[in-house]
Amino acid sequence: MKIGVCVKQVPAKDAPLAIVEGAAWIRESDIGFETNEPDSYALEESLRLKEKHGGEVVAISMGPDRAKQTIKEALAKGADRGIHVADDQFYKLDPLASARSLAAAIKGENFDLILTGLQSDDQGFGQTGVLLAELLGRPHATIIMQIDVVDGHMKLKRELEAGWFQWVELPLPAVLSIQSGINKPRYATLKGIMAAKKKEIATVSRASLGIADAPTQRVERIYVPQKTKKTEFITGQPKEIAAKLIEKLKHEARVL
Amino acid sequence: MKLLLITEQREGKWNKVTFETLAAAQQIAQHTNGSLSGVVLGKGVAPLADELAASQLAEVLLVEHDLLEKYTPDGFSLALRQVIESAKPDLVLLPHTYQVRDFAPALAASLGKGMIGDCIAYRYENGKLIFVRQMFQGRTAADVVFAGDAPWIATFQAGAFRADLAAKHTSGKAPVNSLSVQLAPEQIRTKPLELFREAKQAVDLTQAPILVSVGRGIKAPENIPMAEKLAKLLGGELCASRPICDEGWLPMDRQIGSSGQTVAPKLYFALGISGAIQHVVGMKGSRTIAAINKDQNAPIFEVADYGIVGDLFEIVPAIIEELEKTGHS
Repeated sequence: MKIGVCVKQVPAKDAPLAIVEGAAWIRESDIGFETNEPDSYALEESLRLKEKHGGEVVAISMGPDRAKQTIKEALAKGADRGIHVADDQFYKLDPLASARSLAAAIKGENFDLILTGLQSDDQGFGQTGVLLAELLGRPHATIIMQIDVVDGHMKLKRELEAGWFQWVELPLPAVLSIQSGINKPRYATLKGIMAAKKKEIATVSRASLGIADAPTQRVERIYVPQKTKKTEFITGQPKEIAAKLIEKLKHEARVL
Repeated sequence: MKLLLITEQREGKWNKVTFETLAAAQQIAQHTNGSLSGVVLGKGVAPLADELAASQLAEVLLVEHDLLEKYTPDGFSLALRQVIESAKPDLVLLPHTYQVRDFAPALAASLGKGMIGDCIAYRYENGKLIFVRQMFQGRTAADVVFAGDAPWIATFQAGAFRADLAAKHTSGKAPVNSLSVQLAPEQIRTKPLELFREAKQAVDLTQAPILVSVGRGIKAPENIPMAEKLAKLLGGELCASRPICDEGWLPMDRQIGSSGQTVAPKLYFALGISGAIQHVVGMKGSRTIAAINKDQNAPIFEVADYGIVGDLFEIVPAIIEELEKTGHS
C-alpha cells in the first residue's frame, strides 16, 4: 500500500502569540514550531497500515523551509521519504488554494491512500482532506476512528456526534481524515532518528506548480477576541486564593 | 442578498444546530435586506419540510431521493450542487456539524468556490459581510471575507447563535416546493452501514451538579487523583477535555465537548484547560465557571466567572486543604 500522509507544522502550543499589525498573522520570528498534533495521529495510522499491509509511507508538508523539520520527525518515526512543498507565505493561502497546491504536488504519486489529521491547531480550517479527495477525484471519509483494509476496500469506523458512530465502506484509492485519539502516536527512537538522515526529502516550490492565485476568501485581520463575560480574577498566595475562591463560590455564586 | 439554509436531519430527526443556523441566516437576511429559503434533504422528510415552513422563510425546498435516505458525502454534495445551481443563492449557510464538515468543502470545491467554515459570528459593515472565526484554538479571532463571485458558502459553529431567536413565519406558512435532483447509484462511492453507540455510558455527566474538569495542564496521569479528590470533596464528578481522554488518562465517556458530552452544571471547575472551542461548546452553558490556568490569555478565561492565573499544582492542594478544613455540604 502506498500511503501519503499530510503533516503540517504549526506554532508550538505554548508559544506566545504576538499579532502582526496589518499582516493578519502572528510574529513567527521568536516562537517555536511543532508538528500539528492531529496530524501525528494520521502519521501513526499510516505507519501501522504499512506495518500490517506493507508498502511505503510518504510524509508531505507545505510551508517555509522550517516545515522540513516536521517531515524529518515523520521520517524518524518510520516514514520512508518526504515531499516538501515550499512556500514562505503559506499562511496566506485559503483552504482551497492549499489543497490545490498539495493535490498538484502529489498527483503523480498515485497514492492508494492519503491520510490527514482532522484540522490544524493554527488556522483550524479542517478542510484539507475533503478538498484533496474532491480535487483528486477520490472518495473520502472523515473523523475516522478505525481502519480495516480488506480485499482492496476499507471498512471504517466514523465518529458522529453525541457518542454515535457509524461503519462505512469505501473503495481504494481514497482520502481519510483521521480523528485524534484513534491511536497512541509513537516516539521516534534514536535508531529511527539516525536512519532518517539517509531518507530523501524532495522539495518542490509551490510557485512552480502553477496554481492560480485566485483566493476564495481573505483573512482581513486577526485579533485577541473581546471578552463576552466579566471574569473576576482571584489573586494572592495559593492559601489566600483557595480561601477567597471557596468564599465566593459559597456566598456569591452560591453553588457550594 | 439571496440566502439558502441547508438543514440537517438524520432518520427523520433534526440536528438541533440547524435552528441556530436558521436564526443566524434570518438575521443576515434581515441585515442585508435579502430573502432566505431553507432546504430539507433526504427521503420521506416531507413532514420536516412542513415543520420548517412554520419558520420565517420565503420558501422551503424539499429535496427527496432514494439515494439520499442515508447520508453519503457523494450523494449530498451532488444533490446540493444541483440545488445551488437551480436556486442560485448568493450565500449558502450550513450548521458546522460533523456531517457538514464531511461534505461541504467538497461541495464548495465542486462549484469552484471556497468555504468559510466554523464561524462564530458575522458583521455587516458598509455593504460587506464579515465572518468571524477562531484561530489558534480560540486564542485569536479572525475576520474573514469572501473574495470572488457568489455563491459563497459558510458554516456556523454549534452554540454561536440562539435557536430560540429563530423567528416564526408571520403569516401562516412558507410554501414548500419540491426540487428533483438526478443521482445514480454508481455515483455514490461510500457504502454507509449501521449506526451504533459504544457501550452504555457509565456516568451521565449531564446530571452532575458540580464538575471538576482536567485538561492538558494536568500534565501526567499521576496527577489525576488530585483532581478526583477535589471533585469528591465538592460532591461532583470528574471529567476532562479531549486530549486527556485521547491519552487514555480518563475514559472517553468522561469527555466534555463537541465530540463528548454537553453539560450545564451549577459549577464547572476547569483545571489546566486552555478552552479550545471544541471544549467550550460543551460547557459554556454552566451556571458558574471557575478556571485555573497558567496562561492569563487562555481562552477559558473568556467564559470563566472566576479566574485564577497560576500553577494548579500549588492552588488545587490549597483548595483541597481549605475544603477539608472548613467542610462542605
